[in-house]
Amino acid sequence: MLYSAANGAWEPWASRQAMRFGIGIALMVAIALTDIRLWMRYSYALYFLVLGLLVGVEVIGEIGMGAQRWINLGVIQLQPSEIMKITLVLALARYFHGATLEDIGRPSSLIFPLLLVAAPVVLVLRQPDLGTAIMLGLTAGAIFFLAGVRAWKFGLVAAAVLGAMPVAWSVLHGYQKRRILTFLDPGSDPLGAGYHILQSKIALGSGGVLGKGFLRGSQSHLNFLPEKQTDFIFTMLAEEFGMAGGLTLLGLYTLVLVFGFAIALRVRNQYGRLLALGVTATFFVYVFINIAMVMGLLPVVGVPLPLISYGGTAMLSILIGFGFLMSAYVHRDVRISRHGTSEDD
Amino acid sequence: MYREDNTRQKAFTRRALILGGAQVGLLGLIVGRMYQLQVLESHRYRMLADENRINMRLLPPPRGRIVDRFGVPMAVNRENYRALLIAEQAPDVERTLDTLAALIPLGEHDRRRILREISRRRSFFPVTVRENLDWREVSRIEVRAPDLPGIVIDVGQSREYPLGDRGAHLLGYVAAVSEREQGDDPLLQLPGFRIGKSGVERSYDLKLRGKAGSSQLEVNALGRVIRELDRQEGEPGQDLRLTVDLALQNFAIDKLQDMRSAAAVVMDVRSGEVLALASVPGFDPNAFNVGLTHAEWQAIVRDPHAPLSNKAVSGQYAPGSTFKMMVALAALESGAMTPDTRVFCRGYTELGNARFHCWKRGGHGWQDMRGAIQHSCDVYFYETAKRAGIDRIAEMARRFGFGAETGIDLPAERAGLIPTRAWKKAATGVAWQKGETLVAGIGQGFVLATPLQLAVMAARIANGKVKVTPHLVKAAPAEGAGGKVAAAPAGGFAPLGVSAEALDVVIDGMNAVTNDRRGTAYRARITEEGWEMAGKTGTSQVRRITKHERETRVLKNEERPWKERDHALFVAFAPVAAPRYAVAVVVEHGGGGSAVAAPIARDILREALKRDPAGAVAGGKPAARPAEREA
Repeated sequence: MLYSAANGAWEPWASRQAMRFGIGIALMVAIALTDIRLWMRYSYALYFLVLGLLVGVEVIGEIGMGAQRWINLGVIQLQPSEIMKITLVLALARYFHGATLEDIGRPSSLIFPLLLVAAPVVLVLRQPDLGTAIMLGLTAGAIFFLAGVRAWKFGLVAAAVLGAMPVAWSVLHGYQKRRILTFLDPGSDPLGAGYHILQSKIALGSGGVLGKGFLRGSQSHLNFLPEKQTDFIFTMLAEEFGMAGGLTLLGLYTLVLVFGFAIALRVRNQYGRLLALGVTATFFVYVFINIAMVMGLLPVVGVPLPLISYGGTAMLSILIGFGFLMSAYVHRDVRISRHGTSEDD
Repeated sequence: MYREDNTRQKAFTRRALILGGAQVGLLGLIVGRMYQLQVLESHRYRMLADENRINMRLLPPPRGRIVDRFGVPMAVNRENYRALLIAEQAPDVERTLDTLAALIPLGEHDRRRILREISRRRSFFPVTVRENLDWREVSRIEVRAPDLPGIVIDVGQSREYPLGDRGAHLLGYVAAVSEREQGDDPLLQLPGFRIGKSGVERSYDLKLRGKAGSSQLEVNALGRVIRELDRQEGEPGQDLRLTVDLALQNFAIDKLQDMRSAAAVVMDVRSGEVLALASVPGFDPNAFNVGLTHAEWQAIVRDPHAPLSNKAVSGQYAPGSTFKMMVALAALESGAMTPDTRVFCRGYTELGNARFHCWKRGGHGWQDMRGAIQHSCDVYFYETAKRAGIDRIAEMARRFGFGAETGIDLPAERAGLIPTRAWKKAATGVAWQKGETLVAGIGQGFVLATPLQLAVMAARIANGKVKVTPHLVKAAPAEGAGGKVAAAPAGGFAPLGVSAEALDVVIDGMNAVTNDRRGTAYRARITEEGWEMAGKTGTSQVRRITKHERETRVLKNEERPWKERDHALFVAFAPVAAPRYAVAVVVEHGGGGSAVAAPIARDILREALKRDPAGAVAGGKPAARPAEREA
């Protein structure tokens, strides 16, 4: 796909992405083979490390696409907000592993995990990166839910979020407001802010059932499509391979999700379960927000399509996430006490 | 511990299933949306995608040339060298313009326009810097090309009229399409496209225009051309060959040039081919193509001599005495009079209390019909008109082409006016007065005719058999000429239906006008043997002569302001024995027909006989002409 996005060339995207994919796979296997208890032990440490990086971005980060998201680590540029998606899952899984259902029933016990969520969300929002902030929130919500937090508490949070909307609106950046308004009425300004969505829908629709063929997507190749190598890559895929191609990709994603669930249900320790489904939920949120966005179902927020879009850190974090998922599976029968000590049979 | 973990696991599993269910639901939403966009509405989006992608560019066809009957060009396309500026290729537009200003004149006004256009358009879109560059300017720019990044020289086509104002009325001019003229042809939308606005350029616009070619270009979101997908060559406009003899046209214009405002038409009396159609003053059609300044336009519009009007077809004048042939024929053909009917002229006649004067104060004495034509006796024709009656006169006049458009292939032709009782009742609500018949008998009053109609009348008298109809284009095309194609080709004209005897009387009279020592235009006769012409003078009053003036002294023309002077008219054909060419000359406010119009008509007719463009005078063999290919 990246090959196609560059008008049929490996450079500049496809080749580099392939290299990163190799590194990612290696990392994934390494993580999978490492004892899950080790990961559990270092969960908080990793979380705070990445949180530190996020703060670092705030201070010294480089600006790309009008937002501060990258941090330069000499050899590679990292997007800590992407990694945070995984480390947040680690930290929350760690916390809820140590909490009994009774503990969770006490509102006071939720303060610490809420802080764990709030810190990166606020930092990411300051970048500003609404998409990642929403993803962090949704993923955290899924873990809270899985850990057994009462449904009415979610209602409370939802109400609070709704209540905070007017306030949030005033804090949003101009382009973010425009995107949301555009989402509500894309036809209002077809050559201005609504352009991306409209062109994306044209590309999707014109692809039809079977698509225009590989490298034949007129919308994408003639630059009508914005950000075709990152956020709008699904559009290009659906334009060139049609609904058939789109459904195939969705099928593959669903397969990944099914594996995620299957693993989660088999793992016999709470940490592994939460980790597995947390990663799966993150993955799902990636897929859903991205595809719904390019189809005009959601406002345009910067969320890449996992494993397809160009972008090193996002892919790395997904692969790392899969690493943890596998690690949970590999060590599914390990029983871990609430305090992290091993209870081998 | 384990129990507790089991309850946790149960809760987890339950909630995991709920979460999974929600995810399935949301994925279903995506699939549904995909189905909606890619299957249900796919057609619509596919169209939108093509609209995005494909940009049709029209390729304007070259306009057909207009040539005279011998192939001499009258309207051509000149290569128009333009300097264009592509802002994208110029790192510093201002500096490029500075350098350019040193090579070609480039005013502050042009500069502002260029910069404005650049700011409004995409940076790769060329902006016209200057048009109509001459060779020296082009070469100067080309030599300095490295110093002029962004400047390109481009060749367009613009219309040029080598005749200048001499062919302005006949040919017309081209100019940009106006809002009202926007039609189905996509060419009309093309910026800078020009269409015929008057004259032949207008009546044959479709034929001259040709058909647009097109080029389908694939463009990207910025409008930049990626590649050409398809190209269809257009159809160049067809060349148009006129019946006009350019040399004769020039000659006629030269002859009229001294007059402030005049028109002349020369026609072939057999074929109806118009050999010259002149109207002065003219205007420069080249200037219209380039575009006039406000001041220039105002000067043209305010000119009392109406340079824009083609007086040969649009000017309507009282035909005066040139109309007397119609009155004579009406009386002869109806039997109201015979050629020998005599009337006594004592300088005036009376009807009720009104007195109708002859132009000759003392009167002509006894006159028969030939003599009355020769001397242009008004009293005789008052009587003739009275006996024939206005409706018979009108009927005869219509047979000779008056009162209706002749159908020549030119726009803006006027019909003139031939009054009848019914017309007057309908137009004014007042019944016809007997005195008005008398006035019409000398071609005054309501009667109006165009110079072209006068030439047609002369041609039909000379032809004697058929209603020759004028046309300007040789081998008129069957279609696409804007509906104004001469109806009948040579030989296919409707019969005139006037007896040879009656026509002979009139022709005898006209012959005497020029060739009898006492004729009104004897001094303007053609002296060359075998080329003698027959003609008729006309002097039409522009204002009424008051009773007071009659009693004291009628002011001479020169003593009156230009606008109040008489129109001078003359119609003629030649050679008398075997007529070939007919001519009509009208000089607005020129004075007497015999003194002013007749010599001009004579000169033009003699030139026509000398050049003999139709090539058949007195049965002589057609003169060899290089470009004349028709039999």
